[in-house]
Amino acid sequence: MSPRDLFGAALRGLGANKLRSLLTVLGVAIGVGAVIVLVAVGNGSGKAVQDRLEAMGTNLLIVSTTGGGGGFARGQAGPSAQQYSLTMSDASALTDNRLAPDVAAVAPVMTSSGTATNGDTSYTINQVIGTTPEYMPATNTPLGTGRSFTQQDVDTSQRVVLLGQTAATELFGRPTSAVGQTIKLGAVDFAVLGVLASKDSTGFSDPNATAIVPISTLRATQAGYGALNQIVVQAADKDKVDTAQAEVTQLLAARHQVPATQTSPYRITNSAQILQTSQDTAATFTALLATVAAISLIVGGIGVTNIMLVTVTERTREIGIRKALGARRRAILGQFLIEATLLSLLGGAVGVAAALIVSRFQLAGVQPVLVPSSIALAFGVSAAVGLFFGSMPAHRAAGLRPIDALRHE
Amino acid sequence: MRGRARGPTVAADALIEIRDVTKTYGAGETAVHALRGVSLRVDAGEYVAVMGSSGSGKSTLMNILGCLDVPSRGEYRLDGTDVARLTEDQQALVRGRKIGFIFQSFNLIPRTSALANVELPLTYAHLRRSDRRKRARRALELVGLADRADHRPNQLSGGQQQRVAIARALATGPRILLADEPTGNLDAHSTDEVLGMFDQLNAEGRTVVVITHETEVARRARRLIRVSDGRIVADEVTG
Ligand SMILES: Nc1ncnc2c1ncn2[C@@H]1O[C@H](COP(=O)(O)OP(=O)(O)OP(=O)(O)O)[C@@H](O)[C@H]1O
Ligand SMILES: [Mg+2]
Repeated sequence: MSPRDLFGAALRGLGANKLRSLLTVLGVAIGVGAVIVLVAVGNGSGKAVQDRLEAMGTNLLIVSTTGGGGGFARGQAGPSAQQYSLTMSDASALTDNRLAPDVAAVAPVMTSSGTATNGDTSYTINQVIGTTPEYMPATNTPLGTGRSFTQQDVDTSQRVVLLGQTAATELFGRPTSAVGQTIKLGAVDFAVLGVLASKDSTGFSDPNATAIVPISTLRATQAGYGALNQIVVQAADKDKVDTAQAEVTQLLAARHQVPATQTSPYRITNSAQILQTSQDTAATFTALLATVAAISLIVGGIGVTNIMLVTVTERTREIGIRKALGARRRAILGQFLIEATLLSLLGGAVGVAAALIVSRFQLAGVQPVLVPSSIALAFGVSAAVGLFFGSMPAHRAAGLRPIDALRHE
Repeated sequence: MRGRARGPTVAADALIEIRDVTKTYGAGETAVHALRGVSLRVDAGEYVAVMGSSGSGKSTLMNILGCLDVPSRGEYRLDGTDVARLTEDQQALVRGRKIGFIFQSFNLIPRTSALANVELPLTYAHLRRSDRRKRARRALELVGLADRADHRPNQLSGGQQQRVAIARALATGPRILLADEPTGNLDAHSTDEVLGMFDQLNAEGRTVVVITHETEVARRARRLIRVSDGRIVADEVTG
């Protein structure tokens, strides 16, 4: 029997019960579609996290103390914690090219919170960041409009502020109209120098709800002369993040006389590490989704077996007739295998098409990013599913004795 | 009585030859002995009718002759070959090439046109598509159903369905036609048509074996075998 004849027979067989064939195809389609879409969702969420972290700057180190870190919001720190507090002179020591050659930029950070007012409008800013101009390039925080403050502004404790998008919008309606205006932070007037460009949330806090002021001004007007909350360090290069981290650790240990036996009181968060961790998490997430999808594909495959078993039982007499007319084992086997494979390939094609459409839309806040290999894999697996799950009923059909098949009611 | 297959000599033109064939269904106390030792020889070109009461083992015998079933014991030589030695696929080949079946219940494949039904054995015989079409159409013409080629079995009368089945049995040009009560479901007129075809086929030199309950069917044959309780009880030349 030629392939064309086999296909003809298989197609006629499928056409004989269209609804049943359609539902089986649907089962496989859902399985294949689920594999592609869920892998795309996992991949998309991984990409989104990666993009956000990359926006944060990949050669960034954030130094903080584990012993309370000082800062007015945290209450009084203990005496030993005080010994390890980060200071302005730590920050300037880190800029020393000989002591820390792989550090490109350093920005001390103090944070506070407060209410900003513009006439009658007021807005609570959760994070008022006091820092130096290096902070903006190091943390990849570009300005949208206006200008940044300078080192001179820091040196002279100028009362100037950069507002985040949300803060500016809340206070002035439009971010652009904020530049050149004056707001009150607490009881003190600040001139708005610029508005930060809108930034995607990294998931920890809304970077658009911040205000950035010179660190000296913040110390003078808001937070007092306590310890720094953080020191933001930018490594000279993406590949020098680790060496820069070692240099920072060593330098701080020396400056604060941390005993060698003690675990470091400083926590240095490495953005590359965060990136790696979140990529690992995303990979786990993707694998989990893919497993769920694979299960639904197997369920679809069992649907194929089920239908083929019913078909073989229903058409036992037909098999008997075919055998009486000279059909060999292979011909019967081929006919039913092709039927099963057509079912699952059709399901695969429908599933791929549906997945391509569905993955154009955001799902659960994630823009799916298709993985081409998952499409090939899902389609290939659906064909294999047909062969695998169809072979049992097909073998059963082919193995029937002609007389038993003919006598079947 | 001709007493065929009893003598030790085997003529060269023996087409079907079985010896001491038994068929037992089941085992132990519930065992059914459908055939209890049957020996039979049919030469090429014979026209044989098989009669016997219901349950006497006629169909069982025919299924064995048609390689659809295997005997429990005994020997079967078809056209000189020992059928027991053939593989499953070789038996399929023998069924496809040498034997044409006609059943009481027609056994056409549903939802498939008359032409496609007739083409089926030709497909399994690996004929080219165009040859298949031609031969299937000619077979349908022979049974007078050329105008019903595209009809499906459920669109045909019983007599027409049996004629399609005959066309299908003829299509490969088999040497043997095995018919199990081919007219059992037909009226007198259709029976006449079918029997006319059998006469013609036998005249062309094909061997015809017909199982029947009807004496007018048996009368057309030239040899009558009577089966009773799994044994051949009479074997006589009638025509
Ligand atoms: N598959 C089977 N399993 C068990 N017993 C069977 C089977 N097929 C046939 N028989 C038994 O074998 C005996 C012969 O059956 P067979 O079909 O050959 O009779 P028959 O002569 O063709 O009868 P009828 O004229 O009614 O068609 C019967 O007793 C029947 O019950
Ligand atoms: Mg019978």
